[in-house]
Amino acid sequence: MVQTAQQAETMISLRNLRVSYGDREILHGISFDVMRSETLVILGGSGSGKSTLLRTLVGLEKPSSGEIWLRGKDLAAISRQEMDEIRRKIGMSFQGGALFGSMTVGENVALPLREHTKLEDSTIEIIVRLKLDQVGLAGFENYMPSQLSGGMKKRAAVARALAMDPEILFFDEPSAGLDPIIAAGVDQLILELKKAFHMTIIVVTHELASAFLIADRMVLIDKGKVVAIGPAEEMRSSTHPRVRQFLDRVAEPEVAQELDYLQMLTEITRPDR
Amino acid sequence: MELTSQIGGSVTDGLAYLGGLASLVGRAAYFTFVAPFRGKPLRLPRAVSQAMQVGVRALPILSLITFFIGLILALQSAYELRRLGALNFVANAVAISVTRELGPLITAIVVIGRSGSAFAAEIGTMKVSEEIDALETMAIQPVDFLVTPKFLAMIVMLPCLTIWANSMGILGGALFGVAQADFTWTRYIQASLDALFLRDIVTGLVKSVMFGITITAVGCYEGLITGAGAEQVGRSTTRAVVVSIFLVILVDLVFTTLFFFMSGR
Repeated sequence: MVQTAQQAETMISLRNLRVSYGDREILHGISFDVMRSETLVILGGSGSGKSTLLRTLVGLEKPSSGEIWLRGKDLAAISRQEMDEIRRKIGMSFQGGALFGSMTVGENVALPLREHTKLEDSTIEIIVRLKLDQVGLAGFENYMPSQLSGGMKKRAAVARALAMDPEILFFDEPSAGLDPIIAAGVDQLILELKKAFHMTIIVVTHELASAFLIADRMVLIDKGKVVAIGPAEEMRSSTHPRVRQFLDRVAEPEVAQELDYLQMLTEITRPDR
Repeated sequence: MELTSQIGGSVTDGLAYLGGLASLVGRAAYFTFVAPFRGKPLRLPRAVSQAMQVGVRALPILSLITFFIGLILALQSAYELRRLGALNFVANAVAISVTRELGPLITAIVVIGRSGSAFAAEIGTMKVSEEIDALETMAIQPVDFLVTPKFLAMIVMLPCLTIWANSMGILGGALFGVAQADFTWTRYIQASLDALFLRDIVTGLVKSVMFGITITAVGCYEGLITGAGAEQVGRSTTRAVVVSIFLVILVDLVFTTLFFFMSGR
């Protein structure tokens, strides 16, 4: 495939990003780029800061210092209106789906269209059917989220994220809580989206099998820092000790000291906002 | 020293809480009154369905409660009035107490129990399942989408419910009047109307609007600041009810005092 100038474009650029919850700094200077049309998997254990990183990328957290360049704007320095404009061009699929329980699946997918476009209801209905079909949920427009299984909820969430034809798609733990077969289905969906739309996709996960299946590049975050970043195959054969520990599923050494245990606990617990 | 710092801490926490409430009311007011002129939709369908839930569905229970309150008031006043040989003033006593105070207050308490808790639970559950975050990532403002329709509904419905409650309270008193105080239904109602000044009804209605704003603000605020987990939703709901009751009584005190000094009689 010919590398066009467009394909080499940088979609997201992080420079020395630091994010804190109150006094506690979670991300200690993260820097990397995301290229157009690539699928980047952010790997990390619990408490590594990967969820915070994802939330900052979509504007749910504000950086305490550093820069995030997304679609030409520094998220650390823009107004709410500008952030909202950027958000119309990105889509996010949350860990539990985060579908609105009081609306049907169809209404969920239609919501961004109703809010941000002046399209006719009939047009919106057609788009909703299209999106649901793309994720394998054709015909489920009138179901309530509570009537769906876990895997179907994830798919519906993806359909909703796709409603406005985003340029960048974010996934927060897409396989979490799903059995291996259903999780594989979600992986397949991500691969299909990659192939069909050449979307830039960012996935936060700790499921290694999924990660290696879908990733072009991976970045391993540990204790708020980038430990390693590179193409998936390079990561697989990396000799970096933390990378090997993560990939080979080696348990942490037995924590004998009470203070160490306390520190481990407080690094894992997410503080209330 | 311990006690002083605790009191100080509670006071600053309380003020911060009130600040949060005020900020929420301010933003909801922006979306209700300013944003429509800047092209954003007013969300009337959602406000109407909220109004159905908050207002119309509350009518049965509210009717019963305020009817009984009217009856209780009549009984209690009659107890003293009878000794003074002034039993025919029962209608006056009930009418004035109900329209000025108990109509708005009891209505507010019923609405707190039904809707204040429901707002906190609904929004709290959404917070816990990341639905609020989802709204934000879709460039939809949670306050605009969730809270403003509720404010609209409550501000319209609470005065309406209060008027209904006032009527039911007077009817409750009428039951006593007819049964024990030699009234007929028409004479009792006429006596009630004669005893009332417009001021009595209007002050009650103004209070009811303020109660509505308070209840919505507390319910939605508690929902939005819910911590993680189902247990936290329960806590938010409980706090919403308790804090609402307290603040409603406080607002009642403020406005009753205000009206007292304004009357200058």
